Amino acid sequence: MATVLDIRNITYQVEKQTILNDINWQIEEGSLITVTGPSGSGKSTLMRIIANLQPYSSGEIIYQGKSLDEYDPIKYRQQVSYAFQQPDLFGQTVEDNLRFPYMARNQSFDQNRAYDVLQSVDLSKDYLTRSIDNLSGGEKQRVALIRNIIIMPKVLILDEVTTGLDDVTKTAVRNLIKQVNQSGVTVLQVTHDDAEIKNSDMLVTVANEKLTQNKEE
Amino acid sequence: MSHQLVANNSSVILSFILVLISLYIGWKEKLGVDKEIVIAVVRAIIQLTIVGYVLKYVFKINNWMLTAAIMLFIIFNAAYNAKQRSNKLPQAMWISLLAIFTGTGVSIFVVILTGSIKFVPMQIVPITGMMAGQSMVAVGLCYRNMNSYFKDRREQVMEKLSLGATPLLASKDIIRDSIKTGIQPTIDSAKTLGLVSLPGMMSGLIFAGVDPVLAIKYQIMVSFMLLSNTSLAAIIACYCAYKKYYNSRDQLITD
Repeated sequence: MATVLDIRNITYQVEKQTILNDINWQIEEGSLITVTGPSGSGKSTLMRIIANLQPYSSGEIIYQGKSLDEYDPIKYRQQVSYAFQQPDLFGQTVEDNLRFPYMARNQSFDQNRAYDVLQSVDLSKDYLTRSIDNLSGGEKQRVALIRNIIIMPKVLILDEVTTGLDDVTKTAVRNLIKQVNQSGVTVLQVTHDDAEIKNSDMLVTVANEKLTQNKEE
Repeated sequence: MSHQLVANNSSVILSFILVLISLYIGWKEKLGVDKEIVIAVVRAIIQLTIVGYVLKYVFKINNWMLTAAIMLFIIFNAAYNAKQRSNKLPQAMWISLLAIFTGTGVSIFVVILTGSIKFVPMQIVPITGMMAGQSMVAVGLCYRNMNSYFKDRREQVMEKLSLGATPLLASKDIIRDSIKTGIQPTIDSAKTLGLVSLPGMMSGLIFAGVDPVLAIKYQIMVSFMLLSNTSLAAIIACYCAYKKYYNSRDQLITD
């Protein structure tokens, strides 16, 4: 399989403290990789660096054969999408949130696609017009997640998106992640959940400033 | 009985009693503002005395270049003060200067075109002071609010960026709310004109014995000017300032 992302010698320091030191990681296209490690080890930082949401001190990121520096940062983030652990919903309704990725790309909103993605996380069509204030925590998390995939990215980065969800919602989200991955999207998921670790093709651990790769058995 | 204005040296000195009242309150309530009040009073006396003599000279000379220079001086000072509220925002001085210059300049240019005022120092200098002062407050408020919005809504902005938004789209709500808070005081004071306060220009004209109806006409015009002035200054300041929260990779800058 081709390498979609090549992380080369990435180091991240803040105020003389090294968070990540000389990280090298080749990510294969279409893989489902779990990133784990102790809390505060820099997993989220590394994911945000890969998503071009925060700078790094040194090193290089190659995406589809080209250095990240050569990409328009906006276009890059439209292809490498990052889903947050505790997301905020915008505007008034679910529709406002699902319209946003279209607005960002100057495309017209595809309502049928919105219905499809809602149903993929067990939310009925009428959720589209619901006020975000009337959603439960699990529903909010699912709406936030489908914002990232309503226009399918090439790489989807999930930062502990199932943390705090009930078992039913977790299963819906896991199934969606599996479906997304099977459609060819590379998925990097930060999680401590055993079931999600078992689902993945590879497990990597971020600890003590370093990243180690272990093939999942 | 004469209604002519009398502000001789002894009446000014007697009015100093009012400063003593505020100093007493500050001391009694342990507000820790005694030093600041004294500095403010001394500055006010020195600055206004100098300005009084300068204006007397400028009005007498009535030269358009000198009038323009005074305008620029006022705008520069307003920009400098607005910049102080920017929390070390890069290029805040240039942004403030552009915002206040445009807001003040456009408003004054339009009223000159209407023929309501003439480009003479006696009219231009006070009106520039009013406009630049108000846009200084608006721009300062915009900076302060924008800074706190970018702190409070940092995650939301990053989420929007991660969904493929440009920094402009990701910051749109912050820009809108900052502009709104910048111009809100001007809107509020326009709403209460005549009910709560008789504003500076109108009071000045009435003090000088001008017919209150004519004074009101001028005040209405000034209120219109203030609205356009603060709106323009706030919009320019916010649309220039938000970019400074991002680096060249369109990432939010960490404090």
